[in-house]
Amino acid sequence: MNALRFALLACCALIAKSALAETPDGATIARQGNGHGVAPCMACHSADGGGQAAAGFPRLAGLPQAYLRKQLDDFTSGLRDNATMQPVAIGLTDAERDAVAAYYSKLPVPSAPPVKAPAGETAQLAQTLTTRGRWSKGLPACEQCHGPGGTGVGEHFPSLAGQSAVYITNALHAWQQGSRHNDPLQLMQTVASKLSDTDVAAISAWYAAQPAPTTKEQQP
Amino acid sequence: MKSSQWMMLSAWLLLAACNRSTPQTAPSTSSAPAAAASSQKSANRSGPPADSSIPNDDFGKQIALGRQIFIDTGHFAKTYVGNQLTCENCHLDAGRLAHSAPLWGAYPMYPAYRSKNHRVNTFAERLQGCFQYSMNGKAPPLGDDVLVALEAYAYWMSKGESIGVAPSGHGYPKLPKPAQAPDYARGEKVFKRDCALCHGDNGQGQQSAGRTVFPPLWGPQSFNWGAGMERLDNAAGFIKANMPLSRGNTLTDQDAWDVAYFMNAHERPQDPRFNGSVAETRKAYHDTPDSLYGTTIDGQVLGKGVVNP
Repeated sequence: MNALRFALLACCALIAKSALAETPDGATIARQGNGHGVAPCMACHSADGGGQAAAGFPRLAGLPQAYLRKQLDDFTSGLRDNATMQPVAIGLTDAERDAVAAYYSKLPVPSAPPVKAPAGETAQLAQTLTTRGRWSKGLPACEQCHGPGGTGVGEHFPSLAGQSAVYITNALHAWQQGSRHNDPLQLMQTVASKLSDTDVAAISAWYAAQPAPTTKEQQP
Repeated sequence: MKSSQWMMLSAWLLLAACNRSTPQTAPSTSSAPAAAASSQKSANRSGPPADSSIPNDDFGKQIALGRQIFIDTGHFAKTYVGNQLTCENCHLDAGRLAHSAPLWGAYPMYPAYRSKNHRVNTFAERLQGCFQYSMNGKAPPLGDDVLVALEAYAYWMSKGESIGVAPSGHGYPKLPKPAQAPDYARGEKVFKRDCALCHGDNGQGQQSAGRTVFPPLWGPQSFNWGAGMERLDNAAGFIKANMPLSRGNTLTDQDAWDVAYFMNAHERPQDPRFNGSVAETRKAYHDTPDSLYGTTIDGQVLGKGVVNP
């Protein structure tokens, strides 16, 4: 009887241990890779998840979990065509994608060195486009989906404030050129097609200089 | 039930009874050439005046205040607002956008007789209605700064429009009747596919940093049963022309009618004209197939109203 109970307990412990081992840890993947060929995320996105602005590697810390998870899937399928991220995403299992998306979404937004805000006409253009849009061309304001100050809304509209200007510019160009077409309802392809290069530069510089949201905004 | 409703709707459409913010008239004609860099506005002007042309004087201050109220109603007209909406949610681009009930399409059409209250309303009285119904709040008294500022803003924006001539792009587009009677189940599919991303699975909208980003479409924080958007024709026209935001005119007419039906087949705050009986209130104010108030959907009579818990 006692022996049987012991055997049962031992089995339970083994099962629990193997279950734990099979639940990937987002932090570990971020720091060390997944042990199956995927490089550590922090190599490009930095140890605190703040990214490398000058290189156009975006901040991931504090972005919505569902958004991050979807991007990994879309890198894999090519809906978001990106030579750097595709092999990474392909190399991650479903559970590993869940883990890194959860990890980065919960990571506090690190403080970043201040970025100089654009001035003069560029600032005026950026303010108009981000807060009012250009409705004569059917273009809504960035804020109408990305929230006041571009701090993000819910799970599908990531924050733009404090994001790398190079990254934002690259992303807008990718929407324009069609290499990125993973947007829900084609919202970003539509609005990006209405932006000139001057618009893109102004918006990118503007948002890069805005304070990143420090706390997670209200979720739906 | 639904087919009889549909017959009523057809009959009603023939009558073209009017519950719009502006009476229907023939489209304006213009001898002026179309402006080159035109907005979607009528041909007689290149668009409403730029915000930068708001005069820098005491009159301009009221105009600017009106614009602020319009954009952030809950902040600048707090006393009179009872939900999470702003004027701009239904009148896009701060009331400037054609086919989104722009102010320049409404202002020149008042005073007007309105079947809504069976009397001639001034523009200020029309604005009071917006607060009572669409904002689920209370009417600012005539002469109140809020009304004066909003009227000044509308007046300024309407410069050059002809009095009593509804310009092209006024109100919401009047869609032809759909091939099939608007339907809840089809509307729900459209909603899930094209609307829930922003407005939420339960139409509750989304807020960020204390501001409404995506407006609630029904429930306690939305417009009440007395609002114009409660009418299927208004809602379908708005949706067709403007939704999903930036992708107007991509839904089929059928989709727009169906999803308008789905949206308005949900409970929302009570009509302030409620007289104690949903059936009697329907008879008095909602006696049209374009209103689902007092009708039965899924065994539930709509029009009970809903208040904040």
